[in-house]
Amino acid sequence: MATYQLVVNGENREVEAVPNTPLLWVLRDNLSLTGTKFGCGMAQCGACTVHLDGTPVRSCSTPVSTIGNKKVTTIEGIASADKVHPVQQAWMDENVPQCGYCQAGQIMSAVALLAKNPAPNDQDIETAMSGNICRCGTYERIRKAIKRAPNTTAK
Amino acid sequence: MKTALNESTIFKVSRRDFLKSTSMSVSGLLLGISFSCSDTTKKLTGNPDFVFTPSLFISLNGNGDVTLIAHRSEMGTGIRTSLPLVMADEMEADWNRVKVVQAVADEKYGDQNTDGSYSVRMFFTPLRKAGATVRLLLEQAAAKEWGVDVSECKAQNHEVVHSSGKSLGFGYLAEKAAALPIPAESSVTLKSPKDFKYIAKQSSIVDLKDIVTGKAKFGLDNNHLPNTKIAVIKRNPEPGAGLKSFVADKAMEVPGVLKIFTLDPPGFPTTLNKPLGGVVVVAENTWAALQGRKALEVTWNKGINADYDSHTYNSDMLRRAKTKGKVRRENGQVDSALKNAKKVIEADYMVPLLSHTPMETPCALAHVHDNVCEVWAPVQDPQGARKSLAEALKLDIKAVTVNVTLLGGAFGRKSKPDFVVEAALISRTMGTPVKILWTREDDIQHDFYHFPAAQHLKVGIDENNKVTSWLHRSVFPPIDGTSDSKAKEASGAELSMGMIDMPFAIENVCCETQEATVKTRIGWLRSVANIHHAYAVGCTLDEVAQARGVDPIQNALDLLGSDRSIEFNSLTTEFWNYGEKLEDFPWSTARFRKVIETAREKSNWGKNLPKGSGQGFAAHRSFLTYVACVVEVTVDANNKIRIPKVDYVVDCGTPVNPERIKAQFEGGAAFAASLALKSEITVTGGAVQQSNFHNYLVGRMSDSPYETAVHIMESNDKPTGVGEPPVPPFIPALCNAIFAATGKRIRQLPVRLT
Repeated sequence: MATYQLVVNGENREVEAVPNTPLLWVLRDNLSLTGTKFGCGMAQCGACTVHLDGTPVRSCSTPVSTIGNKKVTTIEGIASADKVHPVQQAWMDENVPQCGYCQAGQIMSAVALLAKNPAPNDQDIETAMSGNICRCGTYERIRKAIKRAPNTTAK
Repeated sequence: MKTALNESTIFKVSRRDFLKSTSMSVSGLLLGISFSCSDTTKKLTGNPDFVFTPSLFISLNGNGDVTLIAHRSEMGTGIRTSLPLVMADEMEADWNRVKVVQAVADEKYGDQNTDGSYSVRMFFTPLRKAGATVRLLLEQAAAKEWGVDVSECKAQNHEVVHSSGKSLGFGYLAEKAAALPIPAESSVTLKSPKDFKYIAKQSSIVDLKDIVTGKAKFGLDNNHLPNTKIAVIKRNPEPGAGLKSFVADKAMEVPGVLKIFTLDPPGFPTTLNKPLGGVVVVAENTWAALQGRKALEVTWNKGINADYDSHTYNSDMLRRAKTKGKVRRENGQVDSALKNAKKVIEADYMVPLLSHTPMETPCALAHVHDNVCEVWAPVQDPQGARKSLAEALKLDIKAVTVNVTLLGGAFGRKSKPDFVVEAALISRTMGTPVKILWTREDDIQHDFYHFPAAQHLKVGIDENNKVTSWLHRSVFPPIDGTSDSKAKEASGAELSMGMIDMPFAIENVCCETQEATVKTRIGWLRSVANIHHAYAVGCTLDEVAQARGVDPIQNALDLLGSDRSIEFNSLTTEFWNYGEKLEDFPWSTARFRKVIETAREKSNWGKNLPKGSGQGFAAHRSFLTYVACVVEVTVDANNKIRIPKVDYVVDCGTPVNPERIKAQFEGGAAFAASLALKSEITVTGGAVQQSNFHNYLVGRMSDSPYETAVHIMESNDKPTGVGEPPVPPFIPALCNAIFAATGKRIRQLPVRLT
């Protein structure tokens, strides 16, 4: 066991974990941040996507020992106090979710994409979202929501 | 899907009991009237502590807050929204004042088995009656208050309004209504469809904001019980087979690992609700449990399926599909008609074992203590889970509480409660709350797979270009074989899913089956046997169209014959109309024709497309819903298949929640594309060879339709299913489009063009 000082959603959090523990299980087991989901455990499905300093990573395959002082952002940390994030709003406007399980990961990938590229074309979207699986098949609406999100921001 | 036989096999419920619960009337819904009033002295209007519960499903407090019970499981269809909407509409409740509460498992709610696309079909009318009864009670309460006739009072938008214009709120009326007797069912009037406010209108799901903000609770997301431990199980790669020995020393050295012990394997067949057994690793946290399991050394016994090789097995089924089998439907004389035919179309079709792979793997939280058991789990069949828990723990059923979380996808997998029983047995051993996690490897290697199926079709066309004969042989191991080693023959229910209910007016028809032994756990997957039957029938029709030199849609319309309700009097096996009588839900060729004609019109069928592109068509009735589908594909030089456009036309009776119907069809197209283009489970030595998404491939964004147009037929008919019906016609429409684009027939899934 080792002690790690993490910055999660803007807060300093101290956790005890063995060094190779994936960030996913630290978030879920130690910090009870259950919005980030387990899907495959080998960075194949994207359900566990979070941001490290704004870059999307698969938390199931990111050991806690490698986080250092990088800022961790999860689905619980992207909304402001009184308002959901524009991408979350776009997701609601398009009624994207079905079962909803993969959507946190999808949204985190989309937020990261839009931060770098506010007007992605179909190819950009397909590339950025290729690591996120949805078994309910909400892909069409995910694409629409991503295209809508910048306009949502402008509102 | 559910059949009477499966139901009785799993949970020892007789067909009679099953029907009793499915035909529940409004009187059943209005049992359990309860009043609770903590403060009766003030007699203030709108006492917020007063709760009026006129139905098991509806309560209203003095503030006017309405609580509606969702008793079906939410796995992505929107049912947690759609059925409460039905009650709110009939009740004239304001949807913004409604809170939806998920029911625990309890027989008092009637059928809770969320499977077989029948939630809306079964509960639409009873829940409308429940809502309408409450509306009438509130109107009667207002009439009494004003001393007027009830005919002068009308409930609208959370108020009862008198013809003079005065009004009283639902909250005010709650206590007054509670004092009235429940009106007779005959005095309750349902709304006219033109007055619907929420039914057949657009609505978002109740969990939308919780889902996008990460607050929604799925199976592993309940962290409220102190001292909860995490368990994983190492299972024999051959399902049900035994354990020889294990060495736990290294595993016990992993920090956080608490206990390692065995759960007895059930042998084979496993049944649908018993855990697979194996070596259990319990730890303080998930990572420790996983690391502990990795360090285990286990020696397994071989079981009766140690020789199971899926390639050999499938080849054998295909070989036998070419030989005469047991007749399950016969019209005329197929053999002589085929002999006399001018042209004969002959083709074989093969569908592999498939896995459900919902994004949320099986999981549960259980706490067994002091002879009670409480679980929080993503289950499709809460009452089945409850019964299985009581049986496994030898507890009275009343001592078992099943709380139903959101399901992170299910597709049939989570109607089997084996994983919930695992959690409870481990919790009992540990004496603490326990969460069980199935890793993706556990999920893919120990599923209840969709059956592999081999089919052989032979169609004869005479000198007048008329189709005169249709021979269809289907060979697959039946789901019942997972519970009963003697079950080797496909059931009537399985064959009624797209084989023996073939609707075309062909004089000579023969449907045959061959026995097949279940060699691994087989279970139902979204649309079940419709998957392979619709695939073979839909692709064969396309070949018939080509042989006749007729457009594929025109070909289907030609073969359909006159408008009629099909009578299934030539069957030699029991016909299954998805649990409904044919009088109530006929097999209507007129409705089938209409969706096909509408698809031709809406899809711009026959439009000019560049080389490498093509359109394909198929239509299918399943779960009492009529669906026609046109798929457009492009195939590039690298054989990458893309699906720019899908058009569905759906007749599902009254479209209760059109927004979610559209979502089910968009998602159903993507799910079917994934099955057809990507997925395959193979087995050698009794063990599944795939383990995770790198080798069990599923559809990603680029594999899925770019745009799915869903055209819903206007209808006031009884509503029918929409969860499963999108899947069956999509696969043949896709394969026919690939043929149009490339000239290649796809007779084996997954599609491989090289």
